[in-house]
Amino acid sequence: MNIEFIANLAYIVSSILFAFGLKLLGSPVSARKGNILSASGMFLAVLATLASGHILSLQWILIGIIIGASLGALVAFKAAMTQMPEMIALLHGCGALASVFVDWTSYHVHGAGDMTNSITLYLSIVIGGLTFTGSAIAWGKLSERLPGKAILFTGQKIVNFAIIASILILGVMFIMNPVRYDLFLAILALSLFFGIFLVIPIGGADMPVVISVLNSYSGVVACTTGFVIHNTLLIVVGSIVGANGIILSIIMCKAMNRSITNVLFGAFNTVVKKQGVVEKKEAKSISVEDAFLVLENAKSVVIIPGYGLAVAQAQHAVRELGEFLEKNGCDVKYAIHPVAGRMPGHMNVLLAEANISYDQLMEMDAINPLMENTDVAIIIGANDVVNPASRHDKASPIYGMPIINADKAKTVFVLKRSMATGFAGIENELFYYDNTRMIFGDAKQTVQALVAEFKSGQH
Amino acid sequence: MELIYLLFILVLSVFLGFALISRVPPLLHTPLMSEANAICGIIIVGALIAAGAEANSPLTIILGTSAVALATFNVVGGYLVTERMLKMFKKKDTTQ
Repeated sequence: MNIEFIANLAYIVSSILFAFGLKLLGSPVSARKGNILSASGMFLAVLATLASGHILSLQWILIGIIIGASLGALVAFKAAMTQMPEMIALLHGCGALASVFVDWTSYHVHGAGDMTNSITLYLSIVIGGLTFTGSAIAWGKLSERLPGKAILFTGQKIVNFAIIASILILGVMFIMNPVRYDLFLAILALSLFFGIFLVIPIGGADMPVVISVLNSYSGVVACTTGFVIHNTLLIVVGSIVGANGIILSIIMCKAMNRSITNVLFGAFNTVVKKQGVVEKKEAKSISVEDAFLVLENAKSVVIIPGYGLAVAQAQHAVRELGEFLEKNGCDVKYAIHPVAGRMPGHMNVLLAEANISYDQLMEMDAINPLMENTDVAIIIGANDVVNPASRHDKASPIYGMPIINADKAKTVFVLKRSMATGFAGIENELFYYDNTRMIFGDAKQTVQALVAEFKSGQH
Repeated sequence: MELIYLLFILVLSVFLGFALISRVPPLLHTPLMSEANAICGIIIVGALIAAGAEANSPLTIILGTSAVALATFNVVGGYLVTERMLKMFKKKDTTQ
């Protein structure tokens, strides 16, 4: 039994801890325990590697760990919950860059080895490079350091094609002759460019998909690096993360009723679809006082939040309103559409931060059957995800998109600044329904006004 | 032969990943993603070997040390932010 064998046994234990950690993430009750299990798996893997006999000097390792750990802790504690998507994008990018550096070191020290090794090395630097710059652009767009709109320029298709072709041609040359260091560097540089061009044409509204896809790539890179340095633990963990990204991408695409190719490459062939004809009726508005009277008599209320709620910072006011409604003997639930935030599950985190109990947070499929027996649906900062046109209007661009059936409730309140259209720029026929009442104004102020009504009603 | 053995591990791990992840409810998808970031920091294992090998050139020292720093950033940042988020998911009885 040598030390390397023991290190490998420790890697097996680490993988088991990671797997159990993810399993416990299946319920909010056990999730924190899962996170700790997973972290101890990581700790064990690090210890095993340090003890494996491959490590000859510690000084640079310590410097790296100190820098990484302090920055990591700083960012993790400082990031606001609304900033979570950009934080995740940043982590994707760092993971991918670390993988590229490991590949590079391996190539620099040991060379590429036989043909299969050169192929995995090639794949690893291409995916790693594009994931790094792609994540950097996604981070820039999400944190509004870059314009969120799709950036398009003439000849973009040709540039992309040229980059892909060069990466492929240089790749073949490199695999045939892996001692060519210049080719290695050229491929890496081109992959870095490619990542930029891959993400700039994608609009801000599609970022949930982009983040999920990049998540998948970051797993794939860890995996290919595992092949490059012959490390099984990297392969196991990388493939689990890769699967994670794929699943989340599929969920997001389904929720937006689009195919993954349409999201990633859709900007190149934008078709202006015909607008569904909405009967121009007058939208009926209601005052806060009258809305209060309706809510006071309601037995069940479903609140449907969109990202607009987070932008208005209205989460805490909404929780207060929910509490007053409950005191009044009303059943309060929150209906969360999968794309309600800026990334998968984002809205849940934002509401949990405002101290809303997680058993009140309902998924779309769970809440829809209950909508018919709901007295009041309150829509705050959401638009396209409650547009009934998606069920019946074949001419509408969002036809077929799964929505929360807010219109089935007896009364629908829509909190909105004006009659402007949503992200997709589509007219929402729900606003003109007979059971819909608009409450115009800033979402936070409106909710606070409703809370004030409840407060004064108590005396 | 070794390649086949590594591919074998790859295929089974992908299945394991799909089985595990599909059980996580949408409620926890954001913490799931940051958790995935954290465990993706497993690249630290490769980074340690890269940085700890006998220093034979300034380039490998820079690459290795940066790789360790980046991977540690992922591990520490990922687990801490996941913990911060999961702590916020509370049920009614405990919120009061």
